[in-house]
Amino acid sequence: MAHYIPPKQGKASQLFDVVVLVVLTVGSLFVPLWLNLAGAAKTVASPVENPTWEALGQNAAQAAKYEALGFTPETAHDLILARFDYSFSVGALLVMILVIVLYYFLILRFSESEYREVISEKFGK
Amino acid sequence: MTDIDITSQTMDGMGPHGTKVGLLRVLGPAHVWALGVGIVLVGEYMGWNFSVGKGGAFAALIACWFAGILYSCVAMIDSEVTSTVASAGGQYTQAKHIIGPLMAFNVGLYLVFAYTMLEAANAITAGYLFSVVASMTGHEAELDQRPFIILVITFLAWLNYRGVLATLTFNLVITAIAFIAIITLFLSTSGVLGGGIMEHAALFEGHELPYGWIGVLAAMHFGLWYYLGIEGTTQAAEEVRSPARSLPFGTLAGIMTLLIAATLTWFMCSGVLPWEYLGDGVSGSVAPLFDTARLSGSTALVWLLGFGTLFATLASANGCINDASRAWFAMGRDKYLPGWFGAVHPKYRTPYRSIVFLVPIALIFALGAPLDQVITFSILSGLLGYTFMPLNIILFRRKWPLDTIKRGYEHPFHPIPAFTLLGICGVTFFAVFLGYGTQLVAMIGFYIIVSLWFHFWRYRFVNRGAQFTMPWPKPKGY
Repeated sequence: MAHYIPPKQGKASQLFDVVVLVVLTVGSLFVPLWLNLAGAAKTVASPVENPTWEALGQNAAQAAKYEALGFTPETAHDLILARFDYSFSVGALLVMILVIVLYYFLILRFSESEYREVISEKFGK
Repeated sequence: MTDIDITSQTMDGMGPHGTKVGLLRVLGPAHVWALGVGIVLVGEYMGWNFSVGKGGAFAALIACWFAGILYSCVAMIDSEVTSTVASAGGQYTQAKHIIGPLMAFNVGLYLVFAYTMLEAANAITAGYLFSVVASMTGHEAELDQRPFIILVITFLAWLNYRGVLATLTFNLVITAIAFIAIITLFLSTSGVLGGGIMEHAALFEGHELPYGWIGVLAAMHFGLWYYLGIEGTTQAAEEVRSPARSLPFGTLAGIMTLLIAATLTWFMCSGVLPWEYLGDGVSGSVAPLFDTARLSGSTALVWLLGFGTLFATLASANGCINDASRAWFAMGRDKYLPGWFGAVHPKYRTPYRSIVFLVPIALIFALGAPLDQVITFSILSGLLGYTFMPLNIILFRRKWPLDTIKRGYEHPFHPIPAFTLLGICGVTFFAVFLGYGTQLVAMIGFYIIVSLWFHFWRYRFVNRGAQFTMPWPKPKGY
């Protein structure tokens, strides 16, 4: 295979490439936060009025620990009762699986073609 | 048997990169251990407890052990491959030689983001710790944590800039102190020395599996945090004196240390702190070992675990800067990223431009995102990297069977660890989907876009044959 000679990249082009990567990185990580799509928030489904340790489902040992940590039943109310919602749709799960499989398929496919070129140039046919 | 032998003193697998100044080979197995455990040990001091919130204390223990299996597979696979690929960049360089450039580019980004996010999480925890210490010592107003976050990141970046030996020797000392603090807390609170304060049965009563078995699956997400980063030992490959011996030894000793530390940590914290408090790392227990010490009634333990937490966060952030900068540097050197990043400091022999460049990136996330989100970003990048490893080892064994390249270490029972790792990765993807599906899809969308950018634009600047720097024979099937 003929030896591939890469073009020389100018400083402005190098800088532009770095900016593109940084913008994509910050965007992918912060956009879900900005759009409030980050998920994983806990909610209190059934609040307890005038909470006591018993009403919050805490036995004597558990209540004693909370008190040692500086909590009262009122201040510990949300901490104790908040729960995650693990319900999900099968459609969303299938989309996630599809996205992951597509991603690995894409990079393995492109990598293979690039790799053959590398091996060919390094070792010859 | 081929003459290609990484265990050789004269031919250790290093290939020419065309640089006039190389990284300095000064590290031993203890430094490799310190790099791996130093990055990860903070996972026992904070973050793992989100897994308790996801499924309860028992779920967190199951997640701890299954994640332990995942990381044992990672350590075994990594030890074999890296004992033959002694070059900076770790898994990035492995992927470049075994799977191909685009995979390598992706793996390099996984490494950089996993470590940079972990560094940001460490800085957030250090800032929190300073605010707790301030309130314990009489400061009444709310302490602004941001200056401390900035100070931690910039100080450690400066240390990394100045030289790898000092950096990792610093890590060795503070990691050892942080590990001793965990052992001391265990001996003091479990009843081994004096009276114990553990109340597992009473604290678990009525809350054994609060979400049922789906909570156990969900807990796997943060179960990774007990060990995330141990694979970073491979980043030191180009700076250890004897890579074939030091890297497997340091990595495997590291995972054994962490399995012990993780189980002890779960035992102590779940036996002292109620699960709802323990499991909420934002409004409840940010630093669970420190909180356990606070409830022990011993001022000496509070100070010891306070310093342990601080040292663990510093050691981890320090190791993360080291690893992320090596991966970024290696990609720059290969022109996967602008070649400007591939420079080595003429005096300190460190990848100084990469170190400096990643400082503001870490600061953006440390100052701009909540702890659980930062941890999730780190875990997601790590998880994508772990999914690559089974593919990597299967192809490595296929392209270079055992009789073609002498390994410094051959992992046993192949391909069982590879398929086990792949299966647990699948479970963990589902766990992440349960709480953070949007981030998962957003992050993979990002990797798809940058992959297309690399393949159709960036790769034109890469010298084809020169990427393959190992003195290996031609792979089978090509």
